[in-house]
Amino acid sequence: MSLLLYRIDDRLIHGQVVVGWGQPLDLQFIVLVDDTVAASDWEQELYRMGVPPEMDIYFHSADDAIARLPKYQADSRRGLLLTGDIGTMRKLADGAHVDAVNVGGIHSKAGRTQRLRYVFLSPDEEHELRGLASNGTKVTAQDVPGSRPVSLDDLIAGNEP
Amino acid sequence: MSDAAGRAPTDASSGAAAVQARAIVAGHADFAAGLVSAVHQITGRGEQLIPISVNTLSVEAIENLLRERMLSTNVRVIFTDLQAGSCTMASRRILRGMDDAVLIAGANLPTLLDFVFAEGRTAPEAARHAAERGRAAISVHGAGSSAGGGA
Repeated sequence: MSLLLYRIDDRLIHGQVVVGWGQPLDLQFIVLVDDTVAASDWEQELYRMGVPPEMDIYFHSADDAIARLPKYQADSRRGLLLTGDIGTMRKLADGAHVDAVNVGGIHSKAGRTQRLRYVFLSPDEEHELRGLASNGTKVTAQDVPGSRPVSLDDLIAGNEP
Repeated sequence: MSDAAGRAPTDASSGAAAVQARAIVAGHADFAAGLVSAVHQITGRGEQLIPISVNTLSVEAIENLLRERMLSTNVRVIFTDLQAGSCTMASRRILRGMDDAVLIAGANLPTLLDFVFAEGRTAPEAARHAAERGRAAISVHGAGSSAGGGA
């Protein structure tokens, strides 16, 4: 089944990911790609305790994940790949094949402007998303499975469905 | 419900004294406000709880908000809704540097009701006791249940 969703979400492991997407997709594993988390046993334990016992979770730095992505994409189980920021996902997509990216949650922070209820972007982040799309990756925003996907153009324009 | 200092304002009509907040309740959407409202309606003791909503905040901002509120109110108990939730994750980071604090993840209404009546215990002790009450308060009735009156 391989990786069913590539999600950018600055909250990483949280309710929408584990329950909101995890239940309907019947996820069996999550690949969490984050340089800080990959370098810290304590951070990994924190996130490991947030997933149900029947779900596996793997931690990788961005560089490590690029090398391992083909293996996860060929995995017979149902998985989700998660990054906490756009730059990490862009790095992955530049180094390996990523069909589509789900912008699931980028929250309020200095320098960011609100585009959707759950997406705030800085000008640099907007540029990164357009870069992802121009390289052939389909970019949409969608917080939970029951909401309507928002195209990149509508996301940038702040057109909430 | 409570002001920024963690004390509910005095009820001018009754002359009741301000109540010191003893715990923070945080979770998705209106979870916290709803639970605290329910506690207050049932017991009149909702002022012991500080509801916090974090809808648009990053995990870092949630952590900063919860830590600031704990320090400013001297509250050392946090109730959250979901083991994997952002508030739980942020709270666990806070607890790493706050040895006298306790986090109860997966809190429900029976948990909070037990907590607000346990004024004879320290807040962390009351929270641990309340967690057990909340866990035991879930029951199943009706179809497929032995308690449902089936044959």
